Amino acid sequence: MKVLYFAWLRSHTGVGEEDVTPPGEVATVDALLDWLAARSADHTAALADRGRIRVAVNQEYAGPEDRVGPDDEIALFPPVTGG
Amino acid sequence: MIRVQREPFDTGAEIAAATEGNPRVGGVCSFLGLVREMNDGTGVSAMTLEHYPGMTEKMLARVETEARERWPLEAVSIVHRYGRMEPTEAIVLVVTASPHRHAAFEACQFLMDWLKTQAPFWKREETTEGSRWVDARRDDDEAAARWLPSEARGSG
Repeated sequence: MKVLYFAWLRSHTGVGEEDVTPPGEVATVDALLDWLAARSADHTAALADRGRIRVAVNQEYAGPEDRVGPDDEIALFPPVTGG
Repeated sequence: MIRVQREPFDTGAEIAAATEGNPRVGGVCSFLGLVREMNDGTGVSAMTLEHYPGMTEKMLARVETEARERWPLEAVSIVHRYGRMEPTEAIVLVVTASPHRHAAFEACQFLMDWLKTQAPFWKREETTEGSRWVDARRDDDEAAARWLPSEARGSG
């Protein structure tokens, strides 16, 4: 699965995009965030405050219980500030 | 019409293009958002807008569709820039055209309120104290929420 990081999530994790293969039991957005947080100390710090993170699955806003799978594109970003 | 681009745009030309050759239009409303030299009491010398290509266009197209379902619109244009911009430069333009003014005014405001909370853009400011990511504003969420049906309001 492809994971994209935007804005300060990119600067904090140090990556803009990564291909990851979580184990099969990582099947929801929340479980994926837990699993990603364990990848490095930078990931742990970046993902610590879940209230400040928005998630899109295949370019649609998703909630913590929404399903994720191997072919999905997951994006992690702060609340948006355009306009 | 949705466009996401790095280059500056010509506001007058965009407004003219939205209504050209359409005699059903009786009123046009536009909103132009600019880079301001001050934010939260700190001087801003420039800002860089980052976005999520693909999802940005999808979300903007969705708010356009929503506006067209709510109001009788003859034209909708949204032009949003990304990249580095300095104070006085235009960031975003929304144009709505309708047979009557009320629909154009309301739809223009709705589009701005919704795109500010839905479209995946992020601003990073260069200030006198260094650069910083801009935090989302609670009053932007509240402005967007007033367009929801009353039973859905206040739920988050």
